[in-house]
Amino acid sequence: MVLEKIRELIADKIDCEPGTITEETKFSDLGIDSLDVTELVMSIEDEFNIELEIDASMVAVSDLIKAVESKIK
Amino acid sequence: MSFSIIGTGMYVPPKIVTNDDLSALVDTSDEWIRQRVGVERRHICTDETATDLACKAALNALENSGCAPEELDVIIAATVSGDMVSPSVSCMVQRRIGADCFAFDINAACSAFIFMLDTAAGFFERGRVKKALIIGTEQMSKIVDWKDRGTCVIFGDGAGAVVLEAGEGYIDSVLTTKGGDEVIKIPHFIGKSPYSTQKPQEPYIFMEGQETFKYAVNAMCSDIRKLLSDNNLTADDIAMIVPHQANKRIIDLAAARLKIPAEKFYVNIQDYGNTSSASIPIALDELSRAGGLKRGDLIILTAFGGGLSNASCIIKWQ
Repeated sequence: MVLEKIRELIADKIDCEPGTITEETKFSDLGIDSLDVTELVMSIEDEFNIELEIDASMVAVSDLIKAVESKIK
Repeated sequence: MSFSIIGTGMYVPPKIVTNDDLSALVDTSDEWIRQRVGVERRHICTDETATDLACKAALNALENSGCAPEELDVIIAATVSGDMVSPSVSCMVQRRIGADCFAFDINAACSAFIFMLDTAAGFFERGRVKKALIIGTEQMSKIVDWKDRGTCVIFGDGAGAVVLEAGEGYIDSVLTTKGGDEVIKIPHFIGKSPYSTQKPQEPYIFMEGQETFKYAVNAMCSDIRKLLSDNNLTADDIAMIVPHQANKRIIDLAAARLKIPAEKFYVNIQDYGNTSSASIPIALDELSRAGGLKRGDLIILTAFGGGLSNASCIIKWQ
């Protein structure tokens, strides 16, 4: 569910097919920089009504999923 | 009783440093800087200090207002990159422009201009002053690490000033602080006491980029929503929003999240970089002199930065 939502948000931002995005996808491969990642995190925070900490260690979709799942448990 | 803005002024040092110039200094590129921050060029001090910039901006604003220095009842200045801790910038400006009123500085980093306006509003409300000079001045080039490509490309030097007189132009404000140094920090030189056990820190600006971005966007959105709602206004009632020029992407994302058209946000970061406390008064001066504002226009000023503090206000242009 979280992966689905992240795919949707990324695809919306960079105009790509959601299906091409997997857990292993790195943000740099998508051509999105750390400020784009921050924007993505902010959208996810709104969507799930949580607050996340962002830092440079968030490099792949899996990092984001892990962070979200730890907050919504 | 609050105040009206009767004059604006600015001054930037003549030396312009382009993105290409910076690419020769650090591992960066014009394309990266434009895309990441929105800056194309910035003005950088050679032999001038924050006090020099402040004096020139102040005289510029006084001339614009038709007010003589002797008429001023207070001078308030702000800087995070001053030449001296004491005397404050405002004291030196007072001396150099030939004013004789009391003068003091405040420290609220990038939000200082609005904190100064709010402070001045209190003086006007009490009838303590009839004319005030407010200055934001920065020599950011002094406090950036010129080896750090993440920060040295963002900032620029400059000063902006406004002259205020008693009036009814200050409509409402919101000031917020979330104290902490994890996101934005500018340490002082720690000195050379033989007894100190403190760890030396580099006296340069440190910013955690992503957290700063998130904080700034949320602060701008929250402040603007609150000001509009508290005053029964919509974005349509506002002629222009003048944000602190920290990063164009902050402004763009805030505009998108607020669903306010981008054209309503004044942007000049491409020419000056982030000039901290000077950015809003510089923008205001440019906007005013270009004829972008007419009497009765409602404008929102919105700032955020080190502290962490954010501050925004609604002003009726006079």
